[in-house]
Amino acid sequence: MNIVVCIKQVPATTEVKINPETNTLVREGVESIVNPFDMYAIEEGLRIKEKVGGTVTVLTMGPPQAETALKEAISLGCDEAVLVSDRAFAGSDTLATAYTLARSIKKIDDFDLIICGKQAIDGDTAQVGPGIAEELNVPCVTYVKKIEKIEENMICVERMMEEGYAVIQLPVPCLITVVKEINEPRLPSLRGMMKAKKVQITVLNAADIAAETNRIGQVGSPTLVSKIFAPPFKEGGEMIVGDVGEQVEELSKKLKETKVI
Amino acid sequence: MNYFLSEEQQMIKELSKKIAEEKMKPVREQYDENEEFPWEIVKALADADLCGLYISEKYGGFGGGVLELCLCVEELCKIDGGIALCVAATALGTFPLLLFGTEEQKKKFLPDIASGKKIAAFAVTEANAGSDAAGIQTTARKEGDFYVLNGTKCFITNGGDAEIYVIIAMTNKTKGARGASAFIVEKNTPGFSFGKKENKMGIRASSTRELVFNECKIPKENLISREGQGFIITMKTFDASRPGVAAQALGIAAGALEDAVKYSRERIQFGRPISSFQAVQHMLANMATKVEAARALIYATAKTIDNDPKARATKCSAMSKLFASDVAMEVTTDAVQVYGGYGYMKEYPMEKRMRDAKITQIYEGTNQIQRDEIALALIKESARSK
Ligand SMILES: Cc1cc2nc3c(=O)[nH]c(=O)nc-3n(C[C@H](O)[C@H](O)[C@H](O)COP(=O)(O)OP(=O)(O)OC[C@H]3O[C@@H](n4cnc5c(N)ncnc54)[C@H](O)[C@@H]3O)c2cc1C
Repeated sequence: MNIVVCIKQVPATTEVKINPETNTLVREGVESIVNPFDMYAIEEGLRIKEKVGGTVTVLTMGPPQAETALKEAISLGCDEAVLVSDRAFAGSDTLATAYTLARSIKKIDDFDLIICGKQAIDGDTAQVGPGIAEELNVPCVTYVKKIEKIEENMICVERMMEEGYAVIQLPVPCLITVVKEINEPRLPSLRGMMKAKKVQITVLNAADIAAETNRIGQVGSPTLVSKIFAPPFKEGGEMIVGDVGEQVEELSKKLKETKVI
Repeated sequence: MNYFLSEEQQMIKELSKKIAEEKMKPVREQYDENEEFPWEIVKALADADLCGLYISEKYGGFGGGVLELCLCVEELCKIDGGIALCVAATALGTFPLLLFGTEEQKKKFLPDIASGKKIAAFAVTEANAGSDAAGIQTTARKEGDFYVLNGTKCFITNGGDAEIYVIIAMTNKTKGARGASAFIVEKNTPGFSFGKKENKMGIRASSTRELVFNECKIPKENLISREGQGFIITMKTFDASRPGVAAQALGIAAGALEDAVKYSRERIQFGRPISSFQAVQHMLANMATKVEAARALIYATAKTIDNDPKARATKCSAMSKLFASDVAMEVTTDAVQVYGGYGYMKEYPMEKRMRDAKITQIYEGTNQIQRDEIALALIKESARSK
């Protein structure tokens, strides 16, 4: 099974700063890491490879420095690394990013399964994974917490729901996004680190992936961020805890007490 | 200080630190408390390719030497001085094979050690033969294509958990120290069993057991080198392995220092952090200077050995263990002092470091014996140069 794992390099801190003029994230001066959810995607890709064979290719769209993230993935055991990088991609929103990654995956061509983290910790949209699937016209299941079965033409996954989970079977090629419950990411190995040092990273630009110019970067991004602000902190309130049944009981009691119902 | 380590050596440090922080730190108290053998950490170290750092690539290792081993042991011991012994004591059991094993012996045993599948041990000590190793009573009698071992070894690190043991036994008692030989004995060989497991002051995650040989029959191919070479092999093994003990001591001390500096900046007394008191500052300054001196001595020793593994390195090897282990004892004692009453409590990682540090002054030759060896080397050198 040939697997493509899409990863993103993100600022190490969860306290991201925002540029008040452009309303975009300030990335300068902040240490970069692989988006933590993508670490689970890499791990799952490696586990599938170890079980049924095949290759794992890591893919990222980003500035040249994003190479570090790809090298980290190689040190964990991924086989190939692809960096999609071009000034023309600057300012991409989730739609343009999904389009660009999908074009790159088409270029890689030989894939059965695409794995993404459920979301990136900087933007938190969770849109890029499904966006790629849509663009490639392959089935997609988000929030996967377990892969139950892998066969030549299909995989069977457990999708996490608020209560319990759904078991879904889907044909390959397909795309899944994974949650942290799915596995425990490994640490690198010395041989992996040595390999990462020497690895030849494939770099693709807009022309290489034959991207339509009106679908990439700022131009290809319909999202307009009008304002970003920290929401005012809500004070007071009372947390109702317990299982769903207890919570419902407690809540209806309170609603009755306050004569709402 | 810059020791101009290679990129690969930097990687070893970085990776070892990662494993120590992420895998060992969360479980170190549990292992100390329960005296369990840290198999999950052995697995983590094996997955990271850190078990065969000093074994050549030909046998599945990384192809490094004593320095690579020391860098790894130091980083691991900054977090826990006991767990790391699964690797360090395996090295002690592996050096006889690396230095004196035949091609067949190396091919048979080294790959499993390099991959971390099996761990090793080295046994010379007996109840009545500690510092006076030449007093060992365990015998190996030749019978056709076999040797038959009888006797009991005590205080053997990794005992019971290791698969591969190097045993020093007498093949000819009339020859004294020249009558000892070294043998490889595998776990589960009939006649080979394990006795008492010790309950220890420190390094409690490391197992220390008795090995009992009762008409234990091993193939004659398991003899290392020739009959009579047992103590030569032991001495050269210690030359290579003592820097590893020194690195254990260094790691324990460096970890204590790092935590003590941090703590001194956080602990407020008399309205100020205790790091603002000169008495505390000077204690930290002395600790740091000793740690750095130990590190410099160990790395230089390791490089000397790696540069010419066949040459005798008894003097510098003994010096590095002597110095670093004394430093570890002093620095951990002072680190407890910096922590005050909290340092004495099990809730903080300091009292354990003090307990762990003590062993480094004792095993692989007590520090009294190290001084003997250094002095003997000095006298020999002087006699030779006149
Ligand atoms: C936790 C642990 C793990 C160990 N692991 C191993 C192992 O894996 N393999 C192995 O073979 N052994 C192992 N040992 C044994 C260790 O190497 C011995 O304990 C050590 O060499 C000291 O021997 P002893 O305990 O018999 O002390 P003794 O030799 O009885 O020494 C007692 C005291 O007398 C001093 N002394 C003795 N002779 C002299 C002298 N000539 N001049 C000056 N002072 C002297 C010593 O320095 C010491 O202070 C281990 C021991 C421990 C505690």
